[in-house]
Amino acid sequence: MRRPLVFRIASALDGRTRLALTVFLAVTLLVVPVLHLTLPPESAFHVSTYAITLLGKIMCYAIVAVAMDLIWGYGGILSLGHGLFFALGGYAFGMYLMRQIGRDGSYQSDLPDFMVFLDWKELPWYWTGSDSFLWVSALVVLVPALVAFIFGYFAFRSRIKGVYFSIITQALTYAAMLLFFRNETGFGGNNGFTDFKRVLGYTITSPQTRLVLFGLTALVLALTFVLARWLVASKYGRVLTAIRDAESRVMFIGYNPLWFKLFIWTLSAVLCGIAGALYVPQVGIINPSEMSVANSIEIAIWVAVGGRGTLIGPIVGAFVVNLAKSWFTVSFPEYWLFFLGLLFIVVTLLLPHGLVGLWKTLRQAKQTRPDDMELPPRESVLAPPLTPIPPSDRRVTE
Amino acid sequence: MSARDVFRKIIGIELDESNAYTGKRRTLDISHNVILYLEDITVSFDGFKALNKLNLAIDAGELRCIIGPNGAGKTTMMDVITGKARPDSGSAFFGQTIDLTRLSEPEIAHAGIGRKFQKPTIFEQHSVFENLELAMTTDKRALTTLTAWLRDDDRDRIADTLRLIRLDTEADRPAGLLSHGQKQWLEIGMLLMQEPRLLLLDEPVAGMTDDETMRTAELFVSLAGKHSLVVVEHDMAFVKALGGKVTVLHEGSVLAEGDLDAVQNDQRVIEVYLGR
Repeated sequence: MRRPLVFRIASALDGRTRLALTVFLAVTLLVVPVLHLTLPPESAFHVSTYAITLLGKIMCYAIVAVAMDLIWGYGGILSLGHGLFFALGGYAFGMYLMRQIGRDGSYQSDLPDFMVFLDWKELPWYWTGSDSFLWVSALVVLVPALVAFIFGYFAFRSRIKGVYFSIITQALTYAAMLLFFRNETGFGGNNGFTDFKRVLGYTITSPQTRLVLFGLTALVLALTFVLARWLVASKYGRVLTAIRDAESRVMFIGYNPLWFKLFIWTLSAVLCGIAGALYVPQVGIINPSEMSVANSIEIAIWVAVGGRGTLIGPIVGAFVVNLAKSWFTVSFPEYWLFFLGLLFIVVTLLLPHGLVGLWKTLRQAKQTRPDDMELPPRESVLAPPLTPIPPSDRRVTE
Repeated sequence: MSARDVFRKIIGIELDESNAYTGKRRTLDISHNVILYLEDITVSFDGFKALNKLNLAIDAGELRCIIGPNGAGKTTMMDVITGKARPDSGSAFFGQTIDLTRLSEPEIAHAGIGRKFQKPTIFEQHSVFENLELAMTTDKRALTTLTAWLRDDDRDRIADTLRLIRLDTEADRPAGLLSHGQKQWLEIGMLLMQEPRLLLLDEPVAGMTDDETMRTAELFVSLAGKHSLVVVEHDMAFVKALGGKVTVLHEGSVLAEGDLDAVQNDQRVIEVYLGR
């Protein structure tokens, strides 16, 4: 008979992945906090506040990258508007953080500073309940889910695909950015939300709060990864990749691609929303530039650099690109975008399977077996990846 | 029109959709011994009539061959039957009651019509086994596939089909690595996993060796009776081996119908094929 779902989800991971996850969680939940709190700043092993904030931020990006890989790598749907869902989650949680400032703002008012500045006398209706942590947590999930569901329903029902879909998602996030830039929208306009003081009553800049947020982000990243592994190893995942490769065949054997795409699309948006909500208290600001088109394109670059359709690749990609970014933007700020463009071109031309693909190729070169022959790579950047599902990922047997 | 219908029209949701993909068959009424009726079907693309008042009736259990020169409308006819193209006029019925012009592609698949494409269309990244697994008749709604699993009799069915299409030794290979003929067989196997009542086969032996072609003919003949088959083919030796009734399409309508010899000796057919 079938075992409980939790065991089945765990069995979607092979031994090596489980070990890697354990090490990851041990480092983020134990080693880093201990090193940060117990060692003096002069010590070589001290983990600085800067490092914790940076790594926490990148882990949020890594969650987004996994979410992106689910729809792009496995579903073949390239979204260039995923920054929108990230920002929506961020704004939703930002509302709560703004309310937590209380009367400690510049104007000592119950209203957030920007509303006082606009001479508003009361909170707009959609801020109702924004002082409740539970309600806002629900919004973090529900708002991106609703936007994604409605948009996705009409887009997928109209069978909009490929480049057309990508362009529409860009337009969507751009339109949202313009909307959020307006002061009248009620989300702080240009400046967005910042100057946060507390979260759940705890000082937001205290080392303990930072470490809790950092650990929580690590936990969510690990859970996202496990969930995604389980999804792609399920029959659902096989139908999804089948839709990516031959959608008409899928329809003629009796699956309706609409609901398959809509589910993964909405789930992906929700994961981005959660990542955004974790990002804002750590970084301390959210503004409409998070919805800029360039930000969303960068998400696709992390995934492409790491390797589409591998789940681990996008995490690697998010870390590599963002660590490079934080070094570049300090050392050579004006060259960062050139470097990013160059990186994307190099990866597209030379590494169709990304860094993870490169590593696999190198390993295979050592121990070549004809059975492991990979299918030839596809030409287009928009085309889905061709990494065959490794046998360990298949959940044919229970 | 009820409020429900209005709602349905506005947002275009099929409200009974939740029941359409569960693998439960619609009842098929073949009381007149006819499984497929096409009546006065016209389909035009920018003024060009791909099908022009096409009439066709397929009996239950029949093996029918459709031949005709390029552009005669053979593929468009299959598109109409499977819901990919909507006719401008005319009616298409599966049995006495199922109106094909009102159903979507997946709904038609669940009603029991399987289609093989001209170019073998299989899931190249998936293993041969997985290709058959995905095609198998079962509850095909998105959320149920999340926790779907294979029972022993499902495995047996897949194993039987693998033997039938002679791919049992290739079960774990990626389907993209099969030969062209093997891919054709795999697609036929996928159709059989759907347990269709009617199979539409568009040039199923293209790219097969003579030996494979004859084995395919044997397979199709053995399937007739239990299933109804409509085969579009150019290979006359194959059509002859199938031995069923032959329909000749020309410029979107039926030119001639009968057994192969009669059709081949029909003066109009000769003109169409050889030119005047």
